Amino acid sequence: MTDSPIQTITWEGKVAVASIAGDIDLHRSAALQQGLLGLLDEQPQKVVVDLSAVPYMDSSGVASLVKLLSRTRKLGVALVLLSPSPKVRSILEITRLDSVFTITDSKQEATA
Amino acid sequence: MGAETPRTNNDPAGDDGTFMSESAPMNRTLRMEIQSDPAELKSVRVEVESFARALGMTEHAAGKVVLAMDEALTNIIRHAYDGAADRPIEIDLAVRDACLHVTLRDYGRQAPRATIHSRDLSDVRPGGLGVHIMTKCMDSVDYQPAPDGGTTLIMTKSLRDSDNERTNGPCHD
Repeated sequence: MTDSPIQTITWEGKVAVASIAGDIDLHRSAALQQGLLGLLDEQPQKVVVDLSAVPYMDSSGVASLVKLLSRTRKLGVALVLLSPSPKVRSILEITRLDSVFTITDSKQEATA
Repeated sequence: MGAETPRTNNDPAGDDGTFMSESAPMNRTLRMEIQSDPAELKSVRVEVESFARALGMTEHAAGKVVLAMDEALTNIIRHAYDGAADRPIEIDLAVRDACLHVTLRDYGRQAPRATIHSRDLSDVRPGGLGVHIMTKCMDSVDYQPAPDGGTTLIMTKSLRDSDNERTNGPCHD
């Protein structure tokens, strides 16, 4: 049994903020991907993925975010990663995806 | 969750049975036997990070060893064992010549060595990043098909300059 990595989804107008919690690895990345892609059915204008409570992420978690990025681009939906921890930021840098994603530490900026 | 704690043998003593203090930790070894269940990954990460930090590695360097190990285990589970959660994986960490040697043994499908390589990162798509991450985080990564089936993966990282990315330094066999 896998606990859901998505703790809460809050809406600020047409902006959906998905708050993720816990390590994202092979054990939990499929649930993360399913939850994030399902969020797009609600037709947000922007999705903010709050990673501030994710201490660790491996390439399977990164793959889930890349899948979300691909889908949001096709739909014309903006995507922002909010407050990744140092370890999550590190894997994004190692895979050179830190320049592909929009990343910010400001929730105000993320949801604007 | 239900993940069991991996069976470990965190041996603070050298091969000769001599206890090695923190100032001379160079003979420490860690051995784990796990099943190919993704639910076991977190426990392995905790054990490996604790071991690496006890060797004097910085948090940053230990994090790289943990990430490389996690990626290697993920590849074994996905590719060698096709996602089966009940197959054996043996994990050995040992220090020799100021280098951390990480050895992972599986008994699954062997991949031709020529097919194990990094991909073009400018192609932004899901998947295929594990080998790139492993080679960036460690000094050397070597796959050896075992004669009796399965694969032995050996990764090394220098303890002298462990904060750097791949050094091709003293651990590069």
